[in-house]
Amino acid sequence: MKPAPFRYVRAETTDEAVDALTREGDDAKVLAGGQSLVPALNMRLVRPGVLVDVNRVGELSGVARENGSLAVGATVRQADARLLAHPLLAEALPHVGHVVTRNRGTVCGSVAHADPAAELPLCLVLLGGTVRARGRGGTREISASDFFVSHFTTALEPGELVVETTWPLAQDDTGTGFCEVAQRRGDYALCMAGALARGEELRVAVGSVVDRPTLLDVDPERPGESAAAQVEPWGTVHASAAYLRHLVRVVVDRAVAQARTRAST
Amino acid sequence: MTEIAVTVNGRLYREAVEDRLLLSDFLRGRLGLTGTHVGCEHGVCGACTVRFDGVAARSCLLFAVQADGAEIVTVEGLARNGALTPLQEAFRSHHALQCGFCTPGILIAADELLSRGGPTSREEIVDLLSGHLCRCTGYTPIVDAIAEVAGA
Repeated sequence: MKPAPFRYVRAETTDEAVDALTREGDDAKVLAGGQSLVPALNMRLVRPGVLVDVNRVGELSGVARENGSLAVGATVRQADARLLAHPLLAEALPHVGHVVTRNRGTVCGSVAHADPAAELPLCLVLLGGTVRARGRGGTREISASDFFVSHFTTALEPGELVVETTWPLAQDDTGTGFCEVAQRRGDYALCMAGALARGEELRVAVGSVVDRPTLLDVDPERPGESAAAQVEPWGTVHASAAYLRHLVRVVVDRAVAQARTRAST
Repeated sequence: MTEIAVTVNGRLYREAVEDRLLLSDFLRGRLGLTGTHVGCEHGVCGACTVRFDGVAARSCLLFAVQADGAEIVTVEGLARNGALTPLQEAFRSHHALQCGFCTPGILIAADELLSRGGPTSREEIVDLLSGHLCRCTGYTPIVDAIAEVAGA
């Protein structure tokens, strides 16, 4: 498996990257960690004419605390120890791929790729985080709930580059939880859920069994059961729809229990 | 074609490469370093893992053009003057390989983890190995070999 021919453009600055993406439009793809894009290139599932490599854009490598959030730049790897300052990221990141793929894969790349079975998009939606996208017209902020449109489809316009994602840090009285079931360690989840609890407030998001990470309005007394009643999983060769619905109940209840325990300690 | 200068196992190479040439194919086909194995070519099997500027990475998910200016270590770069590293010796004494296809990637990934002070537990070794497919050993001897060197 070898990728179809493409032209490689290495950007040294954000401006250069945005210029190249604007110039090439739909025919260009951003190359960051490449842990999802390059397999798709090798299998020729995608055949962009141009790859714009942002790995050497120094200004995109930052992690900073900003207004109660962790702001994560476009080239920050999933293995970056600075991310562990965020409790939900610390919980979810070990489920993202494997040690070696996390060395290279980026947080923002996973968000931009928008796989409905990927952990980081789910966390961003649960937290109410944002995506900062830069295009020729300037930078705009897109809320996580507006960013994810459907399978591998986001609100990004051609020519826009995700420069940063922001991950709200919970207050001390807030607890978060994450739970997933996958066939093998490091695989995409068959089903996953995140929960955020603060006093009586409860927020739940599910992934994998929906076309994008989705917030659900759950009954705080029966969170798993009420979540399972709200999704319509589609069965696959690996898991029937009925089994996936069962998993929704299990992972939601586990994530909620974890979040509530952490909120009260 | 793009001109790149890349250091592999301490030796500098200058080569002109096609943009789409995978780093794994560059190492094997152009430089003749066939210790880096190519299994799945989509990042799942781990056999092609090399150190890229010190960090363990899948060479089938990198392009040779990206390696311009980089320093790469392949499995051929582990032993010095023909002397196996303690990790390689442990693989031998624990029978941690049979056909040897997965071995280069596992050696590189484990070598990186050891160089960062890990792994501190067998659990951490198992987690590392989840990214490397071995169909011969059942993994236990590999865990034993790494654990011996790590003191885990």
